[in-house]
Amino acid sequence: MEPAARLDNNHQLSLKEFPYIIRWRDDRCKRCGRCTAVCPVKAIEPAVKVQRFVQSEGPVPTPTSARKIVQVVEQVTDMERYCTGCGTCTLVCPNEAIEPEYNQQHKFYHYKNKGGEPYKRGGRRNDPSVSTLDKLKFTRISMLTDPALDAGRHEFRVRTLLGRILPPEELPLSIADGKLVLDRKGGKFIPPVREIYPIMIGSMSVGALSPPMWEGLAMGVAYLNEIEGMPVVMCSGEGGMPPRLLRSKYLKYFIIQIASGYFGWDEIIHALPHMVEDPAAIEIKYGQGAKPGDGGLLMAQKVLKLIASIRGVPQFVDLSSPPTHQTKYSIEEAVAKMIQSMSMAWGFRVPVYPKISGTKTARAVLNNLARNPYAAALSIDGEDGGTGAAYNVSMDKMGHPIASNIRDCYLDLVKQGKQNELPLIAAGGIGKKGNLAANAAALIMLGASAVSIGKYIMQAAADCFGDEYNRCNLCNTGKCPRGITTQDPKLYRRLDTDKVAERVVEVFKAADVELKKIFAPMGRSTELPIGMSDGLSIEDKAVAERLEIHYAC
Amino acid sequence: MCRLAAVTSRDYISPMEPVLALETMKEGHDGSGLGITMRDLGGEFEKLKEYPILSGICTRNGGRIIDDYMDKLGFELLHAWAPKIRKTKGIVSREFYFAKVYDYPKSYRDNPMHEKEDLLMNTRIALRRIGESDESIFAFSFYPDVITLKEVGDPLEVAEFFGLDRDGLKAKIVFAQGRQNTNYAIYLYACHPFFIQGFCSMTNGENTAFVPIREFLMGRGFPGYTGYNSDSEVFTHILHYTVRQLGFPLHYYKDVITPLKISEIEQRKDGDALRIMKQSLRPLCIDGPNMVIGFTPDGTCFMLHDSKKLRPGVVGGVKGKFALMSEECGVDSAVPKRDKQKDIFPMKYDMVIISPQAKEVKVWNQLHG
Repeated sequence: MEPAARLDNNHQLSLKEFPYIIRWRDDRCKRCGRCTAVCPVKAIEPAVKVQRFVQSEGPVPTPTSARKIVQVVEQVTDMERYCTGCGTCTLVCPNEAIEPEYNQQHKFYHYKNKGGEPYKRGGRRNDPSVSTLDKLKFTRISMLTDPALDAGRHEFRVRTLLGRILPPEELPLSIADGKLVLDRKGGKFIPPVREIYPIMIGSMSVGALSPPMWEGLAMGVAYLNEIEGMPVVMCSGEGGMPPRLLRSKYLKYFIIQIASGYFGWDEIIHALPHMVEDPAAIEIKYGQGAKPGDGGLLMAQKVLKLIASIRGVPQFVDLSSPPTHQTKYSIEEAVAKMIQSMSMAWGFRVPVYPKISGTKTARAVLNNLARNPYAAALSIDGEDGGTGAAYNVSMDKMGHPIASNIRDCYLDLVKQGKQNELPLIAAGGIGKKGNLAANAAALIMLGASAVSIGKYIMQAAADCFGDEYNRCNLCNTGKCPRGITTQDPKLYRRLDTDKVAERVVEVFKAADVELKKIFAPMGRSTELPIGMSDGLSIEDKAVAERLEIHYAC
Repeated sequence: MCRLAAVTSRDYISPMEPVLALETMKEGHDGSGLGITMRDLGGEFEKLKEYPILSGICTRNGGRIIDDYMDKLGFELLHAWAPKIRKTKGIVSREFYFAKVYDYPKSYRDNPMHEKEDLLMNTRIALRRIGESDESIFAFSFYPDVITLKEVGDPLEVAEFFGLDRDGLKAKIVFAQGRQNTNYAIYLYACHPFFIQGFCSMTNGENTAFVPIREFLMGRGFPGYTGYNSDSEVFTHILHYTVRQLGFPLHYYKDVITPLKISEIEQRKDGDALRIMKQSLRPLCIDGPNMVIGFTPDGTCFMLHDSKKLRPGVVGGVKGKFALMSEECGVDSAVPKRDKQKDIFPMKYDMVIISPQAKEVKVWNQLHG
């Protein structure tokens, strides 16, 4: 017997299955077509319908039914063209006639695996709950026992150190005429150390980001350094750097990342003899908080001419970096040899440090680094870190929260008396709810020397739509409606490089004021309060115990 | 807030002098305790200068434990002193206050001072640990020519309780702290001044950077960096660490606890050394606001504070006698006949250093090195 499916639309999904449902208002729509034209996934389309209506003319009611042809905007029920909730339609609508609405009851994940292909996306973990970082409070307020400082009057030094720091007992110092003298003749290696701003822009590659986005960040960073005197640094991500920048004096504001695909490194190595400045540091990427155990991935649709040339690869091929550095066998080899090679390339003048994803095994890596006098830091990227492309399951279910990971590592260093020697950089979910300075300060007080941000700066500086309700998250497709994570000129021309740079500067200046507003009442101004855990409290006994901080309620 | 009074002198002075100076600053402390450390002792201790003095408080049982323990280590008791207690209303007297002078164990007598210092410190810490839980022993200092007394109560009344006004006890350097009780239950190990291996300091102000500093010091693997019942104890230990352990000249203490900015360091002749020193000692930046008065094993006294200058201090005096105080009225009390015009109010880059025997006072400027 022929199934009835086709007759009663049973083969179709209902809109109730979809994560966002379009609310379109017939009475307001003027049928300009902007929304349907701009939708990055073609989730809405114009349609023509026949409508039956009842009318009555004349002095006495004589209802008759009639039909008319109407144009409507309709949401499709094709899972490949699901509405991502980005809201670009709302943005362009002149009459506020359309907007997507989040559907709590959606069954999106049940269906988004057509052809046996699991759901892939960009963004970060879809968990809108309040993170531990946002639950931490600063409760040690200096008052009469110790005057609070004035954030507007006292001099503040919000700076940190990036690089391996010698233990005081090993400093090559001697005394002459009652003064300390640096003894250079002894041959003691003095590792390179940079004084930087404690909030840095994390690794996002040229390629993952559009040209105006990456340039905007870079311009903002250069402005902060050159004009505002804030030594903010930014990491290149894996994928090299624009050749002109490699040869410019601005290179010193950038951390160059090397990852398992070595993309862009042909160009970097060739530029080495022409560099007029050393980079701020070299980051060796071993893992990423958003997708632990996965390598990098730049989808073919984003590998256009510019990207292909910077990375030294053909156009329109998927660029996947292996999950591990394939040429290295063990942690000792992988870490020690890479650090050694990179240090050597720049004559041991540049700090070299690894970045790993948050994991229970972070302390093992840390202890390996603690024994390696060339390791300049350890960057740990927690589970709330973002990415341009990953499997949803990796993003949502894999990884380790950053708070306890950083705390464990810091306390491990404290046990060894090495907490000042190996700076910890915390990343992953900083500013998730917009509280950039507060999250950064909390991590610093838990033991981080610096924090790294990615998703936050895309949201704050370029209005990225993405959120923890899976809104937009199209970064992997190259169809970013904001022009942030796309290589399509039609899309990225929507983004104004200067505006991005301007916002980067505004964000950092505002965060700087907020950091001072946190540190001042706590009586700290001269040195970053790294590990000042007595300043923190949380309204959760278990977390307080785990992080070894106060419980307050 | 606490009030600090220190006097350094060429001639022996009565420990009452700084206590009376504290009395003039009474509006600034709540009279919840007195700590007093004396060095270069006169009177009955004058002829015992090379022998270590264990000073503290004990119960009868604690006293027996001390005697047995010292005996077991080979220390020979040479002289015992106890304050002439005058019962005072409001001061709860403990069983025994003591200062006992010992000769070193025979095996140590010819050892270098460094090793002797370690023995003394380890012995003091061991006694402290033995008697800490039941409060049967408080051991404040164990070092040649140094006595420390501490008790809860109004500083002047405590001094009279100890009979310091009647005893012939004299010293050339006397540090006294009138305590502000920040934690209502007062614990004697939390009272300034703090002492370790010839280094002593007392401090004004709360130490907001206490936890990272404590963790850093405890990570140095030095057994003396312990205790920390007060956040100010770390100032003494940083002083000890900087000068004794790292071997830096005294004025680098200022560079350690209140480091310059990088742009300022570049102006210093020893900028290269200072830069890496600042990096390596980053967690020891006190971040203030604090004022610190201290002395070192050679009898040098100093005063400094952080750039915020919210806990000021003043140094004044004449050749042969200088007072280092929280307030000008304290200096007036200790050295009334002096040229007030020459009083020194150290600014953020200054470290006032007074040489042993109060010979001269100089202001070392951190900016100029």
